[in-house]
Order: sequence, then structure tokens, then C-alpha cells
Amino acid sequence: MVCGNMAGLELLSDQGYRLDGRKASELRKVQARMGVFAQADGSAYLEQGNTKALAVVYGPHEIRGSRSWIRHDRAVINCQYSMATFSTAERKRRPHGDRKSTEMSLHLKQTFEAAVMTQLYPRSQIDIYVKILQSDGGNYSVCVNAATLAVIDAGIPMRDYVCACSVGFVDETPLADLCYAEESGGVSSLALALLPRGGQIALLQMDARLHQDHLDALIEAAMTACKGVGKVLDEVVRLHLKEVSVLTGE
Amino acid sequence: MLKSKTFVKKTRAGGVMKIVREHYLRDDIWCGSEICAECKQESAVLQTDASIESDLCSYPHYVIPDTNVVLHQIDVLEDPVIRNVIILQTVLQEVRHRSAPVYKRLKDIIHEQEKHFYTFTNEHHRETFIEREPGESANDSNDRAIRVAAKWYSQHLKKAESEADGLKVVLLTNDQGNKQKAEESGLLVYRFEEYIKSLLGNPELVDRLALSNDDKHDITSSKVLFPEHLHLSRIQAGIKSGTFLQGTFRASRDNYLEATVFVQGEGEDSTEVLIQGLQNLNRAVYQDLVAVQLLPRSQWVAPSSVVLQDEGAAKDDNEEDKEEEDEEKSLRISAAAEAARKPTGQIVGIIKRNWRPFCGMLNLSQIKESTRHLFTPADRRIPRIRIETRQASTLAGQRIMVAIDGWPKHSRYPNGHFVRSLGNAGDKETEQEVLLLEHDIPHQAFSQAVLSFLPKMPWAITPEDMGRREDLRLLTVCSVDPPGCTDIDDALHCRELDNGNLEVGVHIADVSHFIRPGNAMDKEAASRGTTVYLCGKRIDMVPELLSSNLCSLRSNVERLAFSCIWEMNHKAEIIKTRFTKSVIKSKASLTYAEAQMMIDDSTKNDDITKSLRGLNKLAKVLKRKRIEKGALTLSSLEVRFHIDSETHDPIDLQTKELMETNSMVEEFMLLANISVARKIYDEFPDCAMLRKHPAPPPSNYDILLKAAKSKDVEIHTDSAKALADSLDVARVDGFPYFNTLLRILATRCMMQAVYFCSGMDSDFHHYGLASAIYTHFTSPIRRYADIIVHRLLAVAIAADSTYPDLMDKQKQSALSINLNYRHKMSQYAQRASVAFHTQLFFKSRGILNEEGFVLFVRKNAIIVLIPKFGLEGTVFFDAKDKAGPNLHFDEEGPTLKVEQHTFHIFDMVKVTISLDASNIQHQKIRMSLIEPVISGVSVPAPDVEPLAKKPKLDR
Ligand SMILES: [Zn+2]
Repeated sequence: MVCGNMAGLELLSDQGYRLDGRKASELRKVQARMGVFAQADGSAYLEQGNTKALAVVYGPHEIRGSRSWIRHDRAVINCQYSMATFSTAERKRRPHGDRKSTEMSLHLKQTFEAAVMTQLYPRSQIDIYVKILQSDGGNYSVCVNAATLAVIDAGIPMRDYVCACSVGFVDETPLADLCYAEESGGVSSLALALLPRGGQIALLQMDARLHQDHLDALIEAAMTACKGVGKVLDEVVRLHLKEVSVLTGE
Repeated sequence: MLKSKTFVKKTRAGGVMKIVREHYLRDDIWCGSEICAECKQESAVLQTDASIESDLCSYPHYVIPDTNVVLHQIDVLEDPVIRNVIILQTVLQEVRHRSAPVYKRLKDIIHEQEKHFYTFTNEHHRETFIEREPGESANDSNDRAIRVAAKWYSQHLKKAESEADGLKVVLLTNDQGNKQKAEESGLLVYRFEEYIKSLLGNPELVDRLALSNDDKHDITSSKVLFPEHLHLSRIQAGIKSGTFLQGTFRASRDNYLEATVFVQGEGEDSTEVLIQGLQNLNRAVYQDLVAVQLLPRSQWVAPSSVVLQDEGAAKDDNEEDKEEEDEEKSLRISAAAEAARKPTGQIVGIIKRNWRPFCGMLNLSQIKESTRHLFTPADRRIPRIRIETRQASTLAGQRIMVAIDGWPKHSRYPNGHFVRSLGNAGDKETEQEVLLLEHDIPHQAFSQAVLSFLPKMPWAITPEDMGRREDLRLLTVCSVDPPGCTDIDDALHCRELDNGNLEVGVHIADVSHFIRPGNAMDKEAASRGTTVYLCGKRIDMVPELLSSNLCSLRSNVERLAFSCIWEMNHKAEIIKTRFTKSVIKSKASLTYAEAQMMIDDSTKNDDITKSLRGLNKLAKVLKRKRIEKGALTLSSLEVRFHIDSETHDPIDLQTKELMETNSMVEEFMLLANISVARKIYDEFPDCAMLRKHPAPPPSNYDILLKAAKSKDVEIHTDSAKALADSLDVARVDGFPYFNTLLRILATRCMMQAVYFCSGMDSDFHHYGLASAIYTHFTSPIRRYADIIVHRLLAVAIAADSTYPDLMDKQKQSALSINLNYRHKMSQYAQRASVAFHTQLFFKSRGILNEEGFVLFVRKNAIIVLIPKFGLEGTVFFDAKDKAGPNLHFDEEGPTLKVEQHTFHIFDMVKVTISLDASNIQHQKIRMSLIEPVISGVSVPAPDVEPLAKKPKLDR
């Protein structure tokens, strides 16, 4: 048989290090800024490793579009997800509304409907636009985290931060916050969005049928990872508030 | 805790596509040394007392080998003497990339605690990370990374020096440039050979050194014997343009000057190119991937029928090689005479060597003081290898292993080095080891990494397991196996239901519960593919704790099972089939004989007996139905040895006897396999692992038809059913053994059954079993295919989760190829083991005198089967040294006329049986003709009385 390099990548070394040098439970470096887009009601830019996302929030405002959307007891959340054409290694045209984007938009909508206190704004609408500027794994999670900051920036009350993170399973070990090389390396993974304070799950998304034993361990690891993300987001928010208060001289 | 704040982030561009990958640098990677107080490691691998007697390094030291040292000198690194070695991540990854076998061996060493090998993750360490510079090659960059890490270690350890006695690190590299740069930066650096030779206490290590380029020059002359090999880039261009063909080199077993290159074409279509003569063979070795260039049609030759063994003494390469030239000439002349010329070519380059260590024996050099000797591999397809050793006199008479290091163009033989001794030739243990190695059967003890995935003892079924499974502990389940079986895969039950129907269950050990996809134990089992059974020895596919304990469905213990349960009526028609993970508690582990006795004993009427009788009754119906559909019952004589419990020598052999209960168990296993095959194929049409048995091409039956015709018996082969029916009625009056002989011949016409992935094939038919679909489900302890099938079935009934490889038909197809290979090799090894024990048996018996039947007739010999021993041997009529008798071979019969006597297939003959040990590496059973008496050919009957008791032949 012809043997090329069929070895593939070793996702977790015997010494416990991943491809990029992280240990199993470690997150990628998260950096974020709020209020980056003055025209919107709220905005945020967030980097999680090499995955970069911009989130913009408008609202709450009157329903635009079909009147049948109106909910008399709460606000409607409208999410739109897109990817910049230059965001991945292979550059393809990514028209709005392809199946994947539609699905992602729907997931984001479900996530934020669970977190935003929509009952405070009956008969209105909140728009959340998220764009992936550069993609290196964990798109959904990064979008959620960016959007959370943008919603906070817009001053819309939430039950808690929504923090999201992906985890995968390699050699019986859960890996937190997968990068693209890990996602494409044949790992069975899930993404979880969590309201960390109460521990409620806003959304759980799985790609493969996992064994029940594994599922518990994975969710456990994902919750820990989400709480880690939550801490970072909290710092970003505090820092932002400090800056804003310095600027306004309060 | 999150450490992300302490990271410094660097990025590096990799690949052609612009991918920016993150690369985190850490300051929590420890040095692994016991003497270090600075690092916060939990347990240190490298010892404080790292001393070895060396006249180069008189101080305690750790060794850092570079990639090439690991790749080429792994034989030495494996030696228990070599300890306290730092394996850099850079080295480990490069080894992984370049050689999977060496990588596996290296990992096994690292896992071994006594070896004190430490892996240092240098590329993520803040102080040892380097970035590749513009214009720097990957190799140079890796070398630099190794030097930087070595430098870091020497400085890092200096801080702790007050405690230890001047502990140092020594870099080992054979690369001149690297060595020089290392010296310039003040590192201690030696060539590997230099270092090993300095280890005064362990001179035997020197023999195991692979020869480096420099050493090769002193061993060979300057005369160029072979054409240069082309560079890989030219080979690739040539293959693209069609000037060269790429293929696998297959040396001839009988003729060292001849080989073929197997060129895989599109799809099924493939060709063979003939290679003749040393120059054209151009240093290719069996199994190498080579580039071949076709010669002009005028130079094409036919394969020769000459047997040529490279038996000359070690010649100095300078010497005129008269003899060899003569041999080559004779080859060509004989070839030119024939008409059937074949595409002929020459090897122009080697794409990939496929060298492994070879078993064999040393031919001592005639020069007494010489340290250079020729090594003759046991496998005749491998050329002899020149090695250098100082222990030749000790090694003579031993089976040893030798690895090839290289084959320079001015050397008649490849150069190699001694790896290890296997023991004295002829010893049972030694020969067993040889047999395993030569059949490429992985048989080392399971590594620590594998064992770490075993369940912790004491093991018990947890309430969670229980909750997810059907509790079948109260059923009267029992197992029926050969005597002494400790790996019990299967157990059965049968009971009457309230509606008058019968419930039958086949319960199979739930191995996939213990072996989880992708872990080290799973990978090892997948690589082994099957448990190998030799005479008096079993090489397990999974560790013994599983095979003989936790998975073995022994009586009176609770075991996890995967059950296939049918509801049947009394006509053995299936009304319902279901599959479930279960817990069972077998009520009895029976042998075939015990089960048979219970069924037959009319005074017994307990639950187990009732269950067995129910099973037996249904099995008979199932068997009849199967045979009506055209399933074949063929015959091969299986031999069992009675082994002396003290000496482990075989004291008697007998052919295996089949009882009704054998076929009872078999019927239900077949039924379970078929039921499961249907289920997994329904659920996963693209990735079900199945087993098929292709119908043989009609020409395969020629010999069977001719043989039958010679006795005026007609055999029909248009379908399996026709064949089975005509075999059933094939009788010759006064020749009761005829039918069995005919079935033995029919067996030889068959194709090999193989595993395959349903998404990659369209022909699923199992010819021998006359089943449209088939798989293996019933022996997961000893066959890996069954584990895959278990996993598929578990997913199908939502009892377990899936994983990507399971649904990947390419990966499954590749796995099938390995499993088919391992099964084939395990069968060969088993046969070789029987052959070896047969030899031992006849060695102790001297010359015997037995009756047998002619099974095949050849141009110069007859092949005789001795039913009593299930032994086949050849009676040659042409002697090597004297003028042979008059032979006339008639292909039509086939018959062979020797002087006045004509031999037909099925003739009864009397022969002597003895052991020919003249070639110690290839001992053989020799047979000589006693009856019929042919003057000048047959021999007188020996004086020894044959064994008193003669078993009946027919059954
Ligand atoms: Zn240290």
C-alpha cells in the first residue's frame, strides 16, 4: 500500500497538550471591546483565539416587517448571522440566507430569547446582527459571547450574561473551546450556551450522537468553560464601564 | 483554573493556504528531573543518579537524541541499559511523521517507567520556542530547536548543580553540521556511534548500531556493482509521464535472480512486470515500493522454472564473480527458449523501502578473525545481509534478528546490523518466536498505555449498567466449547414460551462495552485483528483480564452480553428477532462431549438438559434447511496434538472429532451472524462491515472434476447447491474414504472469505454458506471485525453512541484490508505451527511407515495425504545427485508414469515418513515410497513396527 502521511494530527499529546499548546480545559485567549460602532444602540467586537466576531444591536424599537410578528406580552428578537467572505482560508462567496447561516441565526435567536428580559418590552423588536470576520472554530460560541456584550452595551436587561463555549471529546478527555483544526479533526463535539449564575442552559447543540456517560462529562466540562468565559466577559464589561465613567467625568 | 492570562501569544503561518494558527507559549512546562527544585513537577522522570560507565562522559548525564538517531537507532535505544533520555517534542513529532512503527516503539519506551524517558514539550515552552527564520529549511529549523532546548537544559540543570554531582546533558546527533553548530554554542555533543562505543560496560550494544553512511565505506569496496537509483523527483516525473511504473516488489521464493513488480492499475486491473538478473533487480528488497522501467519488447523474457538459491560463501566484492555470471547466463538461455515472454523491466529507483527486522541465521565467515558475516534470512525472498559482529561464534546456531541499514551501489549484499537473538535454532520457544515474527503477528506483551484502559479490579456490574440492560440472569443460559477453552465468546439458551413457540437466545460477550473507540486498547486490538491460536499457545487480541475473565461468559458469574433473541416455531422458522444489551449468568460451561452426554442421557431432565435438547432439535432443522439451500460441508483434516504436560512435546496427534453438539453451536452462531448482518445492513447500507465468500472461477474446479472423473464419478459445479448435492452422492464401492478425499479437494478449490465494507462493494454473497448476506458477530473476544459489528448493532438499537470512523466507509475499508491480512497471516502461522509440531513428533518417532492416498500428481512428484495424521507430504522422484527414473507426466489425467508404474489421484500408497533436518532453517517432512514397489525408486519398509492401534479412517 502507498503510505503518504496518513498519521493525521495528534489532537492531545501524551503530555496533555493540544495542537496549539493549551491543556484540555484551557480556553483560548479572549479579547473584547464594547461600543465599537457608534451608530448602533449597542455593539461589541470579540476575539476568541483567531475567531473574530462583530455584534451590533438595534432596539428595542417598533416592529418592522410583518405585523404578525407582534407579541403582546414581550419583545421579539430578530437575529441575523453572516460570515465575511474573507473569514476562512478558502474564500467562497457566502450569500446571506444559506442553510447554515439560517440555522445559526435561529440558534442565536433561541439563545437570546432565553436570556433577554423580553417581557419588559411588549410589542417591540430587538435586532441582533452578528458577523464572523475571521473563522477559526467555535463560530456559534463566539457570536453568542460578542452578542452578549453588544446587548449589554445597548442597555437591554438580561437575566444574566449568556456565555457559550464548545467542547469536544478526545481520548476520553473533554477539550474546551475547540479551534478549527480540532473541530475538523473528527472530534465529536457540542456547543453550550449558559446563564452562569443560575446554571440554566440557554441552548445545547450536538453534532453526533454521544454516549450518555460522555454526554454528562462533556456538559460538565462545557459548563465550566462557559463560566470561564463569563468571568472574562464580566471583566470586559467592568473595564468598559470604568472607561465610560472616566470619559463622562462621573 | 484558567491560565490564559499567563500566555504570550504568537502566531505562525503554516501551509500553502493562509492559515494562521495560534501557538501558546507556557511557563508551566517542567524539566522532569529529580534534582530540580525550581520546577513544580509532581513526579520526576529523570533520575538524579543518571550514570552509565562511559569513557567519553564520566559524569552523570541525560541524553538528548535528534530525530535521525531515534529513527535509525531505535534498536539500541530500546535496550534496558539506555536510560534517562530526554525526547523533545520536536523529535517526537518528526518521528511520528516519518515512521509509524518507530513512533509506536518510541512511545512504548516512554511509557515504560524503568526506562526514564522524558518528553519535553519544547515547542510550547516560553524559553525554548523558536520561530522558523526566513529561508531556513524545516530540517534546519528543527535542528536549531533541538539545540536551543539542549542549551536550555544544560543551563537549567546548572542551577541545581550544587545538589547533584555535575549533572549534564549530552546531545547525540550524526549530522555533521548540527554537531558543529552545537559545539560552537558550547554544548556537549557526540555522534551516536561514538557515544555507544564509549559505554565500556556494554560492548554488546555496538553490534546493534545501524551503520551510518561513514561506516558503510569501510565495509564495501569501491567497485560499482549496481546502477544508480534515480532521485525521487525524477521518479515522480517519470511516473507521471508514463515512462516508469510504480509497484510493489515481490521477490521469487525459489530464484534469487528473479522477481516481479506488481503494478496496481485502475480498479481491478493490474499488471505484473518481470525482473531478471542482479543488475535489473538493482537492490530492491521484497515488499519495497519501487519504480520500474519496461525494457524494449525484444528484451522481454519468460519466467524461468529453475530453482536458484544464493548459497555461495560470502564473496569479497572485488573478486570476479564467475559463478554468479554463469548462473545469470543459464537463466537467460533457459528463458530465451520459451515462447511465453512477459513484460520485463528494470528497477530504476526505490520509492519507499519496506524493511523490517528479519529472522534468520548467521553463516560464519571462513576467515576466523573476521567480524563481517553474512546473514541468511529464514524468508527466502529476502536477500542475504552482511553484518558486523564480534559475537559471531556465540550467535552461530542461534536464530537471530537483523535489520537492514542500507544497500550501497558497490555492495553485493545489503548492510545491516544485529538486533537481537531469539535463542537456539530448533528450540520450541525460539521457533515459535520466529514463526510469529515471520508472519508479522504482533505478540509483544500489551503496553502500559493499552493496559491503562482496562477496568479497575475488583470489577462489578454497576447499577447504571444494570439499569440500561435487560436482566437475563434468571435464564438457563449455558456455553458449549472445546475442552480447556477460557475465552468463552458465546452462550445459548432455549425455552418454551406460553404460546407454544420457542425462545432461543445467543448471548455474546459484550466486548465493545470495555473497548471504547479510539483509545490505545482499541487501536492495539484493531492492529492485531485476531487472536492467534498456535499449538500450545494463544496470542490474545485483547488483554487477558478481558479475554479470559471479564468478557468470558463463564458459568455462575454475572457477565455483560449482547444478546440476539429469536422467537421460533418448532419448524425453526423465525417469528421475531430482537437484539439487546443484557446481563446474563451462565448456568454451566460445558464441553462438546459433556453437552452431548447430557442430551443423550435419557435419565436427565433438568433445565440445562432441556434447553440443550431444544437447541439440538432446532439446530438439526436449521442445518437441513441450510443444506437444502446449497450450503457446502467441506472437509479439512484438523490435527490436534496431545502435548506432554511436563516437556510440552507432542506425544500423539489425532484428527479432531466432530460431535453433534459442535454443529449445534455452529448453527446458532451462523443464524445470529446472518440476523445481525441483515440488521446492520438495513440500518447502515453504506458502512456495514460484512463478510463475503466469492464463488470460485470455474477453472478452479478443474482438478476436482478430473479427479472425480478418474473414478467415474460426476461432479457438478454450476452452483453451490449442485456441488453439494453431487458431493453427497459421490461414492466408490470399497473405498469409504473417497468421499472425504473429494471434499478435501473441493476445499482447495475455494476462494478465501473476506471482510468488506458494504458501501464499497456490490457482491455480498457467501458462497460456502449459501447466504445472501453474512457477517461476524459471535466472537468479539478474538476477532476485531466482531467488535465493529457490535458497535454498529449497538448504534442501530440506540444502545451506544457512534463515532466518526465507524460511519466512514473509506476508513472501514482500510480496516477490512488489515483484518483480512491478519486473518490470512494467522492461518498461515497456525499451519506453520502445526507443521513444526508435526516435525517434532516425527523427530522423536524416527522413521515411520504409513498408508496414505495420492492427493495431487505433479511433474516430478506425488503429494500424499496420511489420514491418520492429517499430514500431507511430497514424494519426489527426481533426485538431486543421481540420475532419476523415467518420468512421464500426463496433464489430462493427471497421471505420472514412473518407470512402469502410473500414479493416479486417490491411489493408495505406502510411504516412510521421516524428518529431514539437513537445512536447519527449513526442516521438512520427507516421504519415500514403499508400495507400490518400483525398482530403483521405492525403498524397503523400515524395521520399526508402526503404532499398534490403528484408528478407523472413515467416519
Ligand atoms: Zn527544572
